[in-house]
Amino acid sequence: MTADHRAALEDLLFRMADDALIYGHRNSEWTGLAPILEEDIAFSSIAQDKLGHALALYHLLTDLGNPDPDTLAFTRDEQQFRCCHLVELPTQDYAVALMRHALFDYAEQNRYALLEQSTYQPLAELARKVRGEIKYHVFHASTWLRLLGNEGTDESRMRMQAALDMLLPYALGIFEPSPYEQELRSAGIFPGEEELKQRWLEDVVPLLESAGYRLPAIETIEPAYGGRRGYHTEHLQPLIEEMTVVFRIDPDAEW
Amino acid sequence: MQSGSMEQTAHLTDADVWQALADVHDPEIPALSIVDMGIVTKLDVSAERITVTITPTFVGCPALEMIKQTITERLSEFPVKEVEVRVDYTTPWTTNRLTEQGRAVLRSLGFAPPPRFEGEFEPAILLNASCPHCGSTNTTLRSPFGPALCRAIYLCNDCHQAFEQFKPL
Repeated sequence: MTADHRAALEDLLFRMADDALIYGHRNSEWTGLAPILEEDIAFSSIAQDKLGHALALYHLLTDLGNPDPDTLAFTRDEQQFRCCHLVELPTQDYAVALMRHALFDYAEQNRYALLEQSTYQPLAELARKVRGEIKYHVFHASTWLRLLGNEGTDESRMRMQAALDMLLPYALGIFEPSPYEQELRSAGIFPGEEELKQRWLEDVVPLLESAGYRLPAIETIEPAYGGRRGYHTEHLQPLIEEMTVVFRIDPDAEW
Repeated sequence: MQSGSMEQTAHLTDADVWQALADVHDPEIPALSIVDMGIVTKLDVSAERITVTITPTFVGCPALEMIKQTITERLSEFPVKEVEVRVDYTTPWTTNRLTEQGRAVLRSLGFAPPPRFEGEFEPAILLNASCPHCGSTNTTLRSPFGPALCRAIYLCNDCHQAFEQFKPL
């Protein structure tokens, strides 16, 4: 692998791992607080799956010569994170949590599906491995989108629609182009963010429309970019501080 | 003692190691052995070393480290120089790998075993589960997620008992 290809691969892995870690942490905030018990368990389980994915991705980075997964997860500064803004947003509203879940996990499903063909074998194997888990995440998200859309009440539709309107610019920020798009394609590692976005749209547009939501013209929306370059919302730093508070008390502790 | 060990080593077979692996159990469902779960994908046994390859059920399964450690401890009872437990995704785990004996164990514990599927599973197959208490198929999926990553929660509409299914993956 050339140095350029390696840098491209690492950038992709950091985006994915940081998305999974931060999104997993946000989901874990519903543990004990979700509106019904089954949803409490669902969000906690999905959080656990996402942390598993983050761990596996950080391991791939460690294998490429980076520090161990705990060091990567718990000691980097905000500016070193490559997650998108969508996963950073705090959610006090369950409608926002469910809508983000759908928008994010359809992107995850498509990203991993593309990566099953990656020439970087460890990533292709991981992608095949997580396929089944993400099916459950998407199944859960799409079920609730329908239940609270066409099959819901005026209030549920209104709150889910407001969540969708608020989240769309952030969701498009998932696909912020990488400076390494060409390297990723030429090495056969990943076909790129634009192709991923097109596939995502082919999934989410029909799903949202059939569930009774209104979508503005996608091209009129300004995507929330910056996360992939280390520029984050004001919400990431407090999250990192909370997530790492126990680790920082005694970084050398054996758990 | 030393010569005895050497003799045992010379005769150590795959079957001996498989039998020992059947003593290693899933900490989340302790009646289920890792052999019944089908997570052992490769075994290399020589006079010097044993290498076991396992494939995780779920990537985030917290039981994995404990299972690795228990395998190492159990196999270290054999007089070999080294026991290595490798974890890889080369053979992705699916619930189709659960043995018949494993399925029987699940039923005896009140879990519905995962339905077998051809090719790709669709989450919609979750909607059909037989109640392990009364056998009824008149059941409702309450949540595709349960108390462990591998379990889903149901209600039987006939005997009115809640039950869990080891969910297909």
